[in-house]
Amino acid sequence: MTLDLQKFVSHISFPNLEWASVRLSRESGVSRVFRDSRPDENNHLFTSGATVEVLVNGQFAYASTPIISEKSLHQALQKAYAQALKASQFAIYKFSVLQRPKVTGNYSSPSLKKASNISPTIQSELLTQLCMALKASDKIVKTLSAVDVTEVESEFYSTNGSNVQQNFSYVIWECEAVAQEDNKVQKRTLNGSYANSVQGGAEIFDRPQQLIARARLVGQQALELLSAPECPTEALKLVLAPDQMMLQIHESIGHPLELDRILGDERNYAGWSFVKLSDFGSLKYGSPLLNVTFDPTVNGEFASYNFDDTGGAASREHLIQDGILVRGLGGLESQVRSGTPGVANMRASSWNRAPIDRMANLNIEPGDSTFESIIGGIERGIYMESNRSWSIDDYRNKFQFGCEYARLIENGKITKVVKNPNYRGVTDSFWHNLYAVGNAATRGIFGTPNCGKGEPNQAIRVGHASPVCAFNNVEVFGGSN
Amino acid sequence: MITPFQELESRFNGLSEELFGCLLPNEHLSLNLIAEDTQFIRFNASKVRQIGSVRDGLIRAKFVSRERTISIEFVFTGDCNQDVELGRHMLERARGELTQIPTDPYGLIPQNHGSSRTHNLGALLDSECAAEALLKPVQNLDFSGIYAGGGMIRAQSNSAGQSHWFSTESYSLDYSLFHKSGKAIKSTFAGTHWSAEKYQAEINSSHANLEALNLPMITLKPGQYRAYFSPAATHELLSMFNWYGLAESSLRQSESAFLKLRNNEATFSEHFSITEDFRSGLVPRFNDNGELSQEVIPLIQKGQLVNTLVNSRTAKEYGIISNGANTWESLRSPEISTGSLNKSDILKTLGTGVYLSNLHYLNWSDVQGARITGMTRYAPLWVEKGEIKGPITDMRFDDSLYSFLGPQLEAVTSFNELMPEVSTYGHRQLGAARVPGLLLKSFSFTL
Repeated sequence: MTLDLQKFVSHISFPNLEWASVRLSRESGVSRVFRDSRPDENNHLFTSGATVEVLVNGQFAYASTPIISEKSLHQALQKAYAQALKASQFAIYKFSVLQRPKVTGNYSSPSLKKASNISPTIQSELLTQLCMALKASDKIVKTLSAVDVTEVESEFYSTNGSNVQQNFSYVIWECEAVAQEDNKVQKRTLNGSYANSVQGGAEIFDRPQQLIARARLVGQQALELLSAPECPTEALKLVLAPDQMMLQIHESIGHPLELDRILGDERNYAGWSFVKLSDFGSLKYGSPLLNVTFDPTVNGEFASYNFDDTGGAASREHLIQDGILVRGLGGLESQVRSGTPGVANMRASSWNRAPIDRMANLNIEPGDSTFESIIGGIERGIYMESNRSWSIDDYRNKFQFGCEYARLIENGKITKVVKNPNYRGVTDSFWHNLYAVGNAATRGIFGTPNCGKGEPNQAIRVGHASPVCAFNNVEVFGGSN
Repeated sequence: MITPFQELESRFNGLSEELFGCLLPNEHLSLNLIAEDTQFIRFNASKVRQIGSVRDGLIRAKFVSRERTISIEFVFTGDCNQDVELGRHMLERARGELTQIPTDPYGLIPQNHGSSRTHNLGALLDSECAAEALLKPVQNLDFSGIYAGGGMIRAQSNSAGQSHWFSTESYSLDYSLFHKSGKAIKSTFAGTHWSAEKYQAEINSSHANLEALNLPMITLKPGQYRAYFSPAATHELLSMFNWYGLAESSLRQSESAFLKLRNNEATFSEHFSITEDFRSGLVPRFNDNGELSQEVIPLIQKGQLVNTLVNSRTAKEYGIISNGANTWESLRSPEISTGSLNKSDILKTLGTGVYLSNLHYLNWSDVQGARITGMTRYAPLWVEKGEIKGPITDMRFDDSLYSFLGPQLEAVTSFNELMPEVSTYGHRQLGAARVPGLLLKSFSFTL
């Protein structure tokens, strides 16, 4: 018999209990990987469970259980209640029910046709064709194609009347070609690892020939890289494609603006931030061309939703406006602790983790430059695509990123391919050196399922949309072979 | 009295029997269980930031029939009826897919490699008292970190009759004591039997180490410096050996950073040896196919690659012999060999250079060149003529393993340290590594 969770929540009662909730999650999915046109993995997943949360003496505590029964949820509530009661003497902040407002509503991913209904035969045929397209020559020594379809249903009920249902449909696809000649090896993927991560349905694969054509290009570019010279070592104008901008935004804007990091919650693990609470409203984060939004409303972007996992109602907000830092990435708990405006971004990776401040969709808004005008205005520069290496310090200052594929820009034209392109810099000066932002026609929407953070650790889905962007005076360099 | 572990063991065995009983001729099934009942307490500024408990279980199954392999993951609740019903449903779904996918030439039919049973009983903090026990000794310090304590299970069974059970009760506290400068002393305190005395001693030791951070901060220019990797820093470096590293499949598919080592185009220093060594018993020897790894597998000996991690699927594909590696062909219980540098001689032998307490955010900047970039973190120190002069502002490095574990590796410490696995992505991880400190003649800092 299915448990009526709304009714169950309405009967929760403990002495001095200020608030309680049940968050239920059911996740099912299929992922397939083909290597060299043969099946490498056929995975089916189903997980479900619930997290109860209580607020006692201003202290939140949680308990998670895979058993959705009245008895199991009650045991979980007792466990959470006892921990909250004892821990409240050491509470970092005396929270109130204001951090868990009443919300009601729902959300569904944009999906015309249920992604999970794509037959295994059709998926396998597509993945085989992609591998074949990737194998541009005998020098391609490995081809890999993959598709991952995941559906998540979440429900949230609280003692103050919250009632939220959200249904998500996530789709990821990948292509990869490894080229080798003698001891030289180069890898090229479709936009970088896991970057093609969106919300949607089976309609994403309605035009397989387009995807196959893109896979063919990936294979050809892997071959181009084999015979390409190393990326030069010099300070250049750098133009980044949207599939590299996503990483640049993620690491040097997203993480440093997370309020829980600024408050020190992450300093034992993911790190702290160079941003101070006093910077909001005044810090010139980058050039006036820089406009960054937290936008959970973008149709089909990977981390769109209407409510976060504490019931916070999500809306589009500017974090950086005309270069000025105006708002942080923090949910209601971080907002009250910091006295800083935030967003609805307290999210959990699954039913077995508690919500923390996460990025969701973090986007750079388009500017007014065409791609041709950006390239045409550069006497000597470099254009880079698709992330392959990423590293930044724990305060989010000194970064070094590498890309899969780059081409020199000479006298206003894109010219020869160079391999092993890397660049390094410092967040503050890098964003101040932003001098051109591409228009909407240059925009790409990407995402990743693997943003890592939190104690206990949580890998979560985030989305990043960006136009092509150009930067002055960036130190670029190549590899060692 | 039946313990929760015994009860879950009985239910896992019951689920196994039920699902194996559903199999048709020429169908094969293996089940892996990953389960835990953990209390997590997250601390910031010597206060409780988040507190809670997670009871969780996951079955990872492989269904093999008609030369096809289908992996199935489903939640394990410990409720017999619910688990059997879900398991049957997932099995039926996999069976229905068999005719719709191509054959898998490298699929493996489960074998009976024998059975084992291990249970390590612990004595952990009571969940209601844990926060107080952990926080009282640090009330005058800026303490931040995560405590995880409770039972963990790894189990395996298959339709050929094999079964393994490994359960343990353990805790880990991964923490930092912060200095007002923002620098910190990072440490891990872990075990199976909680001791308040040992915990106090641990905190006292870390507190004493904060002293060096009182010295004025020093900013270095990018360049080549002599460097010492503490065991914690070496442990961070070791994580790269699992990513385009020692996996045989990665080498065969030309994606490993160790291709030059494999092809004898490069070597590491004769001071450097690494072994997969299960003798500590901290992690089960059986892998996710239920195969037992050799107890000791030398991988790199005196700078030469002598073995890689080979699982049965890779072995079948390339016609070689498996050494019981897991699906990901990753290190599970690694040990880097010790050398001759005594602890008391580290600063003197370093002379003038950088003492690296910890590393952060490592990544390959050039896989083929085995070049790694990353950052210093927590408490990197500048040492002059064997004397600590002060913490340095964090530096980015970018250097090749073939250089700094090759001709630039001057010495390895005569001691090693046990570095427990504290990762909790998805679930608490098991295991630990034994690693020494490394003294480098030259290490390249770039930013």
